[in-house]
Amino acid sequence: MTAALEVRGLTTQFETRGGVVTAVNNVSFKVEPGKVLGLVGESGSGKSVTGFSIMGLIDNPGRVTAGEIFVHGVDMRKLSATEQRQMRGRDIAMVFQDPMMTLNPVLRIGDQMAMAVRVHEKTTKRAAWDRARAALEIVGIPSAGERLWAYPHQLSGGMRQRVAIATALLHQPAVILADEPTTALDVSIQGQILAEVRRLADETNTAIVWVTHDLAVISSFADDIAVMYAGRIVETGTAEEVIANPRHPYTRGLIESVPSLHQAGEKLPQIPGATPQLSKLPQGCPFRPRCNVANQACLGEPPAHDLSGRRVVCHRPLEAAA
Amino acid sequence: MAEISTTPPVQVENPLEGRVERLRNFCSDFSQSKVALAALAVIIALFAVSFGAPIFSPQDPYDLAMLDWMDAFLEPGSEGSGGYIHILGTDNVGRDMLSAIFYGLRTSFMIGLSAGALALLVGICVGLTAAYFGGKIEAVLMRVVDLQLSMPAILLALVMISILGQGIMQIIMALVVAQYAYFARTTNGAAKVERSKDYIEAARSTPLPTHRVLFRHLLPNVMPPLIVVATVQVASAIALEATLSFLGVGLPLTEPSLGSLISNGFKYIHSDRYWLSIYPGIGLMIAVIAINLVGDQVRKVLDPRNSR
Amino acid sequence: MSDILLKIDAVSKRFTRKPGVVAAAIDRVTGKDSTVTVHAVSNVSLEVERGEVLGIVGESGCGKSTLGRIVSGIYAPTEGEVLLNGDIVAKEVHGAVQKQTTRVQMIHQDPFASLNPRMKVGEIIAEGPRIHGLIPAKEVNDRVGALLEKVGLERAYANRLPHQFSGGQRQRVAIARALAMSPELLVLDEAVASLDVSIQAQVLNLFIDLRKDLGLTALFISHDLSVVRHVCDRVAIMYLGRLVELAPASDLYEKPLHPYTSALFDSVPKLGVGKRSFAAIQGEIPSPINPPSGCAFHPRCPFAGPRCKVEIPTIAKAGTGRSVACHIHNGGTGAEASVPVFTEAAA
Repeated sequence: MTAALEVRGLTTQFETRGGVVTAVNNVSFKVEPGKVLGLVGESGSGKSVTGFSIMGLIDNPGRVTAGEIFVHGVDMRKLSATEQRQMRGRDIAMVFQDPMMTLNPVLRIGDQMAMAVRVHEKTTKRAAWDRARAALEIVGIPSAGERLWAYPHQLSGGMRQRVAIATALLHQPAVILADEPTTALDVSIQGQILAEVRRLADETNTAIVWVTHDLAVISSFADDIAVMYAGRIVETGTAEEVIANPRHPYTRGLIESVPSLHQAGEKLPQIPGATPQLSKLPQGCPFRPRCNVANQACLGEPPAHDLSGRRVVCHRPLEAAA
Repeated sequence: MAEISTTPPVQVENPLEGRVERLRNFCSDFSQSKVALAALAVIIALFAVSFGAPIFSPQDPYDLAMLDWMDAFLEPGSEGSGGYIHILGTDNVGRDMLSAIFYGLRTSFMIGLSAGALALLVGICVGLTAAYFGGKIEAVLMRVVDLQLSMPAILLALVMISILGQGIMQIIMALVVAQYAYFARTTNGAAKVERSKDYIEAARSTPLPTHRVLFRHLLPNVMPPLIVVATVQVASAIALEATLSFLGVGLPLTEPSLGSLISNGFKYIHSDRYWLSIYPGIGLMIAVIAINLVGDQVRKVLDPRNSR
Repeated sequence: MSDILLKIDAVSKRFTRKPGVVAAAIDRVTGKDSTVTVHAVSNVSLEVERGEVLGIVGESGCGKSTLGRIVSGIYAPTEGEVLLNGDIVAKEVHGAVQKQTTRVQMIHQDPFASLNPRMKVGEIIAEGPRIHGLIPAKEVNDRVGALLEKVGLERAYANRLPHQFSGGQRQRVAIARALAMSPELLVLDEAVASLDVSIQAQVLNLFIDLRKDLGLTALFISHDLSVVRHVCDRVAIMYLGRLVELAPASDLYEKPLHPYTSALFDSVPKLGVGKRSFAAIQGEIPSPINPPSGCAFHPRCPFAGPRCKVEIPTIAKAGTGRSVACHIHNGGTGAEASVPVFTEAAA
């Protein structure tokens, strides 16, 4: 089975006042159809830039400098600009943190969704509206037919995000990239959307890349996890394994600092220091200054270890727990 | 006291002194545009010659004793009775045009700068007060400002002059009345954005006295757009003053500003004595354009969307 | 014997937007009223003991931030009063709120917005105490240095501007600024919500330490149930401006009583429990401009009966130290048909 999305060696750089900054550094991962990959990282880890790079949304002063992006086995970066544009939105679609990034405030939901249909397909307006209604029903919007006549501002934040997801679904893309889509929403609404998205992946066989900073969200509905730090993927594996048995010190630190795993009132194990600025990365492993197992060896580029379906980029990967 | 430092002090990523660094970035961004740099050089040069007019000009155009009727209407480049060459010629009373322009520039700059500064001050007070207190106070103040903005500035200035009479102070007052509204509008808009930010709320909940919140917290954060408006308004104050003088309600020719020089020369433009009004006109044009170019670049640099 | 520091007594806050001149004129002609009233907080009573940390939890529009701002003296309550040590916190004079005390300090959510970008960190921390004459001028620098160290920063940072710090460091500065006023009560409004997980742990640890060290009393406002469980002694759950449940943290997390509380717990993703479905709360959060009749949660509540649609439940005791506002717990089930109740509500 070919992966719905496979990224190999993706590198994105930005030119800044202080020189060239590598925001995404040699990132590789793949997602099978119907699977959910959680791309986890803190702010500045390059997780969102990875998503934008795949969607071709990197503008000056940034540039994707290397890598291959296979969608359904086709390398998008080898295609012409027009062909790439045709693939985006049809074969690979994106959902943003703020749904207003995709929604036009002055158009009715139905009109803009129909427009999105007709960009890639020649259909009648009527048929496009029917498709839009069907998509809204898939994401669990009640009385979808009426919602088509609404303007974005008449909907709640949760509803708008559902509309954005429905819009992404219109062409039954192979992959949906979702960038922190539930971060701005309330937990009860987030729960509803996570349930819908999981059902979508299972039923429509869409592959989903869920970019987030929230490990708890990922652990409760993703199949695989890729953890990013300072522009690189430091650990990948199935969600259960990575959460239960982190092998990279950073992943372990992240998991341990979640309060719900500890006695109330007890001090939390913490990762010291702050995320480094990409323009001033320390030598060798970028996590070294904050790492509690680092030693001299970590001054060199960290090697990748393939450990039974897992991949850890670290000089001193942690022992598997019993 | 128990040991508190459970967290090792974190390295600050940016060791440079903040203000110095900001200034340096500002300068380097500003010099991205060669045109703006050139304009800045022109402004500096104009400032030098106008405020150093007594040193640079061959003649004191205010000193009636130095004027000679024999020198009237000399063409540019001809030598007059003073024994030096009038590079830009002389006017109808034998005044050296170059000297007149230097002195005229000085008057124009003085009026433009002081009117701009005063209008800035008045505008800030009106705009800040309105934004901070809101409600009825804001409604009244800003409606007055809006009313003024809907009228041409020149009209307002003319009305003010006719009330106040002629003279430098009167002109400045008229210009302030005509222009403070732009500053008030800008201040009010920027302050309303800043007012809703958490740091203002934090200052109010400390609680700090109102004047302190206004002038120490709100004002410094609304300055950047005001600086941009100020450069543009200085240029337009200069142009406005010239217009008033050209219309004959500004300064008398005994204290020549660029406007009164142009106005004076305009009478002779049809008798081929073009230099009387063309050269002061060119001087005015250069000054106004240069200030606007600099203002434009300042706006570009200070625009938060441009910051990297 | 308990020592009550903060008493929130039947506080309500309504925000009204009156129509403009034109809209008002149209209203007069058409006989409509386009005044919009938001019921941000409705009849909330709470007490906080000295040395206690009370968590206030709820989703957007529940009024938790408004309540925090009322306690901090940024808003004055429309009804009821907030007393700190028996003294009123803020009052409204000619439409402007005047805070009466320096003993309540607030820490905001976003440390990128809550520090004046044009003031040095040292000035930011020293400003309040200096203006209020809390410390002699000579000792200001020492005090700022001590505070910076206390929150885990270096003394030398006093000369830096906020933009030179990371989010976590800025939040430490904000905490130092609040502590500089020697407050009796801290109000933390989503103080760790905008921080990364690893930084959030650092700031929570700092809070736990400071609490132990200074015996802080705090109102900890958050939407994050796991953070609240970690640092709070008691927790108040709010929904659409009303208090729906109040209980000691351990009891609440063990056995939530209000249907909303338990639904909220069910929809929170938890780490390390594997994949699961989230079929917790159906429906949307209603608007506080137009709250539902009766119990505000009834349209989403699986147990709602006819009584819940008409009668607003009052908060009542439900076991030791706990109280809940729900008809199911306060006398029978919501399913009771209630003609007498209906007349009572209408009266």
